[in-house]
Amino acid sequence: MPKLTVNGVEVEVEDGSTVLHACEEAGVEIPRFCYHDRLSIAGNCRMCLVDMERAPKPVASCAMPAGEGMVIRTDTDRVKKAREGVMEFLLINHPLDCPICDQGGECDLQDQAMGYGFDSSRYEENKRAVEDKHMGPLISTTMTRCIHCTRCVRFATEVAGVPELGAIGRGENMEITTYLEKTLASELSANVIDLCPVGALTSKPYAFAARPWELSKTESVDVMDAVGSNIRVDARGAQVMRVLPRLNEDINEEWISDKTRYAIDGLRRQRLDRPYIRGRDGKLSPASWDEAFTVIAAKMKKAKPAAIAAITGDQCDAESMFALKTLFDKLGSGSIDCRQDGTKIGGARAGYLFNSTIAGIDEADALLIIGSNPRTEAAVLNARIRRNWLSTRMPVGVVGPEMDLTYDAENLGDDPAILADILSGKSKFAAKLKRAKRPMIIIGMGALARNDGGAILGQAHAIADAYGVVAGDWNGFNVLHNAASRVAGLDLGLTPGRGGLDVDGIYKAASADKLDLVWLHAADEIEEAMFEKTFVVYQGHHGDRGAHVADVILPGAAYTEKDGIYLNTEGRVQYAARATFPPGEAREDWTIIRALAGRLGINLGFDTIDELRGAMFELVPHFADRDEIKPARWAKFGSKTKMTSDAVGTAVETFHMTCAISRASETMGQCLMALQADAARDAAE
Amino acid sequence: MSIDARIAENQPESFAFTSENEAEIKRIVAKYPKGRQASAVMPLLDLAQRQHDNWIPMAAIELIAKKLDMAEIRVLEVATFYTMFNLKPVGKYFLQACTTTPCWLRGSDNMMRCIKDRFGISSGETSACGRFSLLEVECLGACVNAPILQVNDDFYEDLDYASTGALLDALEADTPLPVGSVTGRSGSEATGGATSLSALKPAE
Repeated sequence: MPKLTVNGVEVEVEDGSTVLHACEEAGVEIPRFCYHDRLSIAGNCRMCLVDMERAPKPVASCAMPAGEGMVIRTDTDRVKKAREGVMEFLLINHPLDCPICDQGGECDLQDQAMGYGFDSSRYEENKRAVEDKHMGPLISTTMTRCIHCTRCVRFATEVAGVPELGAIGRGENMEITTYLEKTLASELSANVIDLCPVGALTSKPYAFAARPWELSKTESVDVMDAVGSNIRVDARGAQVMRVLPRLNEDINEEWISDKTRYAIDGLRRQRLDRPYIRGRDGKLSPASWDEAFTVIAAKMKKAKPAAIAAITGDQCDAESMFALKTLFDKLGSGSIDCRQDGTKIGGARAGYLFNSTIAGIDEADALLIIGSNPRTEAAVLNARIRRNWLSTRMPVGVVGPEMDLTYDAENLGDDPAILADILSGKSKFAAKLKRAKRPMIIIGMGALARNDGGAILGQAHAIADAYGVVAGDWNGFNVLHNAASRVAGLDLGLTPGRGGLDVDGIYKAASADKLDLVWLHAADEIEEAMFEKTFVVYQGHHGDRGAHVADVILPGAAYTEKDGIYLNTEGRVQYAARATFPPGEAREDWTIIRALAGRLGINLGFDTIDELRGAMFELVPHFADRDEIKPARWAKFGSKTKMTSDAVGTAVETFHMTCAISRASETMGQCLMALQADAARDAAE
Repeated sequence: MSIDARIAENQPESFAFTSENEAEIKRIVAKYPKGRQASAVMPLLDLAQRQHDNWIPMAAIELIAKKLDMAEIRVLEVATFYTMFNLKPVGKYFLQACTTTPCWLRGSDNMMRCIKDRFGISSGETSACGRFSLLEVECLGACVNAPILQVNDDFYEDLDYASTGALLDALEADTPLPVGSVTGRSGSEATGGATSLSALKPAE
């Protein structure tokens, strides 16, 4: 723990800290461009120069290790002159196009030129000009603005694990590019836009759309996957303009996936903005709320409780699921299921949570992945696994198809029988698990959303018991969900009650015309054909698969348009906030269910969101603990039935299109096409 | 200058090292600790360039990346960083003219002018006959015998307009002059002959 003095203030910093850290510790701001907390140190921008006693010239504080007894000054004339000099050199080749640059208003170069720069330029020669590069449909480049900090290169290589960005040439001719200008093939690629301290890399879909100061900023939570990345939703009027990451060390650090960031243009297309009723001619026609409720109420009053069923979707807020569950309880139907993919989970909480927590990945020293591709299912979480692997080279085994996870993973095969081999110690990977002090299992929906999912879960439980995956304060048994609403749904008990049907049962009953009414609550990952004979109410925000089979459509709100509670795959309770209002006549989802209950003469016991939350917290008290996780006790789960020999797959085939919003997104479609085009070109070579 | 402008327009379909070079690669890679095989990237690029008419095609870059378990962009970064690696075809005689201060003071401009007059080429260009390419380079580290013109691997020193012309004549006739100073001095001896330590001169 070296002690040093910064501008006369004595500070003590941790071993391995740099002078820059020490300055921050002392409350002194150090300007920088190339240095970033989460990337390796490059030391090439020279903006962080400080004076060090007995040093003949200013030192780069980002790369200088803090030493005992150092005396640092940042307020001398020499430091001021050095910063002005560096700024002047950086600006020599930087265009003065701030008025037409998207970075304007949130630009490090702009801010630091203002704070530390010289007031005028002495440079009269021609400025350098650089051709723009193609980096795919997300990243817009204006390479003349590049100051060669290489943050993007380091991010792609270190964090994203796709070493495709680089700096070619040297000196004045240095240029940042991808190899042969291919699309950057990473699910995290757009984070380089946030990292770029200037306007060289900007957001293509957001190009020239808005200025930062005209946006209203709402802190919220992402629902594109079950990681629950913290986001900031920037809206102008009724439109969500962009989504940016929000710092949360325990979840997404400061990254978000490209889908989180760019699927939002799907919020503007294919929207359900008024109720619809399917007429005798089989066509949906617009209707009023009153007409829609009349049709549903008539059906519901006639229906037997056992012949009413509900399926909830992957992006529902806890409030609306609770409201629907309450309504079904009052109606006397137990046929309600939040597992639209037919996952065989539920029961003991430890059997459906990411028990180690996402931050716990940092501590693992061996990892077994079963039926999951974390890269496509939870890109930000995968970056954490990669970081652990980079520093510890922990062994990673995969039961599932061959895939590129951005780290070395040993493919053990895709036969579920391998799990039995691991359990018996016959598999080679068993020894690696045995040696590990903190082994971890990640089991995905590819292994659980199948008929023998319960048996695979049981087998994984047995492996966890046999290899010390759960020991002391360590619980490395992790279920990786894809659905943002799944954990909340399971905690709320949206699984079939006594005599109730699960999703498979609902399919069977519906196709045999034994159901009077099926309520699809934003459930779009369904088999539409099963519902042809049944009366279907679709409550949701997009005209996607569910709406196609609906007889009555009730327009709801998307995740940016309502206040809602979501539990991520760890079971962390997070509050999303409304950034814009739902379009047209669409309403927040819980109010729709409340209004229908009123029409049916049923008292749900709440009239406001606070009353609803109050009732919900009585059922599940831990939902009130914002940003907290209620740890699950290790218990019995899974079944002892036989596994089939069907190959274990993964749940997400195409990263860019997994939900109604991302399917409606033009940007996601472009990403998919760009990747397919690059893949086709590679295959042709 | 984008990457397209830096590399040759016509790229060969594939590239493979000769069996002698493959053996050489084994020897080179073995010099570095295990897991640090990427350190061999420069000698391998050099081998590829020597094997492939003094320029490196993209196929070779991709092959080297594969051999050394590196990302392709990392090899391209190295290949574009050093002026000694040619990514476009060059003539049989690749002239690298030093124009850094000592050479410039000693008349490198005359040497450049002579080449320009003869072939009409400036730095980065290849003559109409396709046999001569010129590149202006930074210090070649032989300042005592400035100015220097490097022809492929060989240094020609103490050049002026006339002697550059004579050198180019010889190259055109494919009868290269002896390597070293064109004035005939040995190594970096004083131009006016030895002035001191003459007593130590070995008897002739």
